[in-house]
Amino acid sequence: MWQALYEELRDRDFVVIAVALDQSADAARPWIEKAAPTYPALIDTQHVVADLYNVVNVPTALWIDERGRIVRPNDVVFGSDTFKHITNLESARPLAAVRAWVRGETAGFAPANARALQTLPTALDQQARAEFGLAEWLARHGRRDAAERHFVRAGELAPHDFTIRRGSMPIRGMDPMGPQFREMLQTWVGGGRPYYRPLPDTRG
Amino acid sequence: MVTVIDQGRASEVEARVDGGRVLLSADALRAALGWELHEGTLCNDTMCVPVPAGSRLGEGGVFDLGEVAAALDRPLALDTDARAAFVGASAGERAQALGSLLAPDFTLPDLAGRPHTLSSHRGKKILLVTWASW
Repeated sequence: MWQALYEELRDRDFVVIAVALDQSADAARPWIEKAAPTYPALIDTQHVVADLYNVVNVPTALWIDERGRIVRPNDVVFGSDTFKHITNLESARPLAAVRAWVRGETAGFAPANARALQTLPTALDQQARAEFGLAEWLARHGRRDAAERHFVRAGELAPHDFTIRRGSMPIRGMDPMGPQFREMLQTWVGGGRPYYRPLPDTRG
Repeated sequence: MVTVIDQGRASEVEARVDGGRVLLSADALRAALGWELHEGTLCNDTMCVPVPAGSRLGEGGVFDLGEVAAALDRPLALDTDARAAFVGASAGERAQALGSLLAPDFTLPDLAGRPHTLSSHRGKKILLVTWASW
């Protein structure tokens, strides 16, 4: 779904790098094959990027400039309006912002503002990621019961981290769109906590 | 044997599980995590960190993996039944890296297994997007 944007802007020294936080290449394959991307579409079974960038849900997008600097930190950006009826987030405005930035019509955030908008990981967040990492390894080695203990622990330590709580569901034999997810979402949102946390200017 | 996973890299090392603790020899510690104790500091190939005052780390040639992780300010997830441990990344290190605004580098495979490295796109504007099938 990022292919059109990439095609439109690729001659302006622009690239999309898509990272699937999925349990296997095969889980992501149908979507990638359908999108037929000519930009790098990568598979991150161990949530390396979630750890490095403190990503706690998908989709999360950030802007990196020509010098390798983050000029717009973690934001919620959808490539299409497929889920708009659920998310209440339109894709048009964030995509227009990307276009304007790539064309040089606007800049990203100044460093102080970019920093102020970053959410940095706490020790608990990193403990949760370690528990997830152990669980993922145990699951991959057929230790389902042991894995389950640590998936649960990870979710308790970082209840806001849906790359852990929802992202682990397929590995644990749960339907990530099913009743367990709906109950999790209802409890979370019912407590007045947002499932998606876009930056203020995306929220509008 | 215990499997120690250092941010994704797994090593099988000789270790003793004692209650909730994993006890390693100096050799096993070096093999699993790349750290060695030198005169009160833990060192790897690139840096040294002081061991907290009064620590008994390494006494009698025995290293408690939990104490090593704590000295390195890194989280430890441990399953003594499964004899597996995962040493994660320090929150302080991650926060400092993100706060520098220099985009943390990574290498990941595409569907065909070809590796791609973020920093090889230096000179371009990048939209880095995470998504998932779930």
